[in-house]
Amino acid sequence: MKRKTALFIIAFVTWVFLNWVPDTQHLIIGALASLLVVFITADLFTERQYTVKHHLRYWYFFTWYLPVFLWECFKANIDVAYRVLHPRLPIRPGIVKVKTKLKTDTALTFLANSITLTPGTLTVDINKDEGILYVHWIDVKAKDIESATKIVVERFERILTKIFE
Amino acid sequence: MSDIIGLVFISIGLFFDVIGCLGLVRLPDVYNRLQASTKCVTLGTCSILFGTFLVVGFTAAGFKALMCMAFLILTSPVAAHAIARGAHRAGVKLCKDSVVDEYAKDKEGEA
Repeated sequence: MKRKTALFIIAFVTWVFLNWVPDTQHLIIGALASLLVVFITADLFTERQYTVKHHLRYWYFFTWYLPVFLWECFKANIDVAYRVLHPRLPIRPGIVKVKTKLKTDTALTFLANSITLTPGTLTVDINKDEGILYVHWIDVKAKDIESATKIVVERFERILTKIFE
Repeated sequence: MSDIIGLVFISIGLFFDVIGCLGLVRLPDVYNRLQASTKCVTLGTCSILFGTFLVVGFTAAGFKALMCMAFLILTSPVAAHAIARGAHRAGVKLCKDSVVDEYAKDKEGEA
């Protein structure tokens, strides 16, 4: 029930923002549409809710994860621009394996998305039971699993462990 | 003032979008192209949307631009994973400059 309420609130707030400026007509239709969404997709929603008790998690998220993420994202774009504009295309691609200690779905999703939006790497697949990510790397610097893990995963793993575990 | 800053953001976004499209043409295989298009188009388009928000302010269009930024950041990496995984499973090879493919080694037994 808690999960459904949370999903309803998220869906409704999204609707209100998409239909700014709110009036009665839009709010009623929005409530109906959100109920429909909840009815259909509530089972797919995250398995474990993060209780509001842990305020610190949100602080870590906004003050630590977001700035690091945006900076890495910007560096990634400069990196791609350099590789694409260089006349001889300096790439050395390959798919490597990396390990992660994270366990929960949300944390793994955030880790995979962060890896994709940071310089030179793209998550291809994930093996949740063994904690292994397959990462396409545009400029392979290390083929073995330990040193690749060190370069690709570590800068986000520490932050995400604090936030989600 | 915020008009000028918004226009600067839009210009940066356009630049990165162009780079993304150029990467789509120049890079050799699906995975490298996904890298270029995902990264550049995400930040480029977010930058354009943020610039739009700065120009129009807290209006209907401004709120929509902010929502779109959030959705874009959440969905575009997921779409990239799905395409890359699907391509690999469907048997698309890495380009011939590639140095290593651990994923193919581990998946040999299955299929």
